[in-house]
Amino acid sequence: MSRTERPWSAVPGWILWLLAAAAAAQIGWRAAQHAPAPSAADLPPAPSAQALRVAGLGEPAVMARLAMVWLQAFDSSGDNRIPYQRLDYARLIAWLRAILATDPRSEYPLFAAARVYAENSDPAKARRVLDFIFQEFGADPNRRWPALAHAALLAKHRLQDLPLARRYAAAIAQHTTDESIPLWARQMEIFILEDMNELEAARVMLGGLLATGRIRDPEERRFLEGRLEELERRLTGSSKAGPR
Amino acid sequence: MLVEALRSGLPWLAAACVLVSLGLAGFLSRVAITESSALQASMAGALLRACAVFLIAAHVVASIAREANDKGLELALALPISRPSYYLGKLAGFACAGALLASLFALPLLAWAKPADLAAWWLSLAAEAALVAAVALFFASAMAQTVPAIAAAAGLYLLARAISAIQAIAGGPLASDTPLAHAARWTMDALALLLPRLDTVTRSDWLLYGAPPAAELAQGLFGLALYFVLLAAAGLFDFSRRNL
Repeated sequence: MSRTERPWSAVPGWILWLLAAAAAAQIGWRAAQHAPAPSAADLPPAPSAQALRVAGLGEPAVMARLAMVWLQAFDSSGDNRIPYQRLDYARLIAWLRAILATDPRSEYPLFAAARVYAENSDPAKARRVLDFIFQEFGADPNRRWPALAHAALLAKHRLQDLPLARRYAAAIAQHTTDESIPLWARQMEIFILEDMNELEAARVMLGGLLATGRIRDPEERRFLEGRLEELERRLTGSSKAGPR
Repeated sequence: MLVEALRSGLPWLAAACVLVSLGLAGFLSRVAITESSALQASMAGALLRACAVFLIAAHVVASIAREANDKGLELALALPISRPSYYLGKLAGFACAGALLASLFALPLLAWAKPADLAAWWLSLAAEAALVAAVALFFASAMAQTVPAIAAAAGLYLLARAISAIQAIAGGPLASDTPLAHAARWTMDALALLLPRLDTVTRSDWLLYGAPPAAELAQGLFGLALYFVLLAAAGLFDFSRRNL
């Protein structure tokens, strides 16, 4: 006991009882109330990027990330087996667009779009998100290519839409200029062309890529040269089989 | 307490808050292309609520600090008056000052809101101001210095306003499943038990779309009253143990 405090016995008994009863009542009352999780229907219309910037009081980077964390909390009610499936995707995309415009260098909105919201089993909703990623990719290809690369994979494997996947892969190959971007991302179009049985186009692209000399890793070069030979063999085989 | 509040600069500050809030809301309504009245009402309501909370908290802390510096507490307790009576008298006085402040701030909103809706908002603001007075009195009595007391009161208030959103985010579908995340969620839930739900009271949307149903309003006010009693009991306990 410090010298600035009197002993417990100095406290009137009714105060102790009142404190204990009030604390118990507060905890019981709050325990009986459940904080409602925001549901899909609660997602309000998106504000403008300017409004978000004003709300951020000069901290757009913080505001954009906080807004993303807040957006994630929607549709978290327990009765929803597939998160986000019921969200209004028009509103969701408007929110993502506004947040991205608030801090264009943040990767969070496009990452969430590609890895979370585009994984929706509803193909129409998934396509809307993929389209959003594609639209936003053009503003900063060197920073936003990972989201579009994942979008290409989703288009190919989830939607079975090879032309769409090729469109995304071609955009990555054409618009990215940063040398640090891995070659697999820039070579995606070639492999998608192979899957589409566009062997001649794939051979031309792969040959062109090897001819540029941008592939300096010997193992990678050997692997791609092997793929080129394989393509040429398949092409020769198909041309021989053609006249039969 | 009321005489002290009237003699201090509180009425002038309150009048200035009314003028600034109405001016700012009026300016924003001029630049809005639609819902200008709704914008004005909601903006003025939100600003006046924040002003009421800040003014009453600062007034309580300043009053207690001044009394401690002037040795007024020792003088008062030298009279035949018990400590609980002294503390509860102070609390009642500050709560009445809060109610007066709420009344002053509610009056100009009559220009936009229906009287019945405004009555619910006013009642809620008066209860919230009384609760903030109890928070400020507790911290001002327990802490010897002004700035820590105001900071603690502001922290508790902001946490109580945000705790439901924090809980929703912590329990969202994208929250990780690690033991650390579980511990964070559990901590948030436990913390919520010790806080009032200030996010459900004195909402500006009551002024626009009508007051909540009576049962919902009563539930919110009951929660505030319960926490008021808890703070009063905690303050009495601390005050009774203190050596002067």
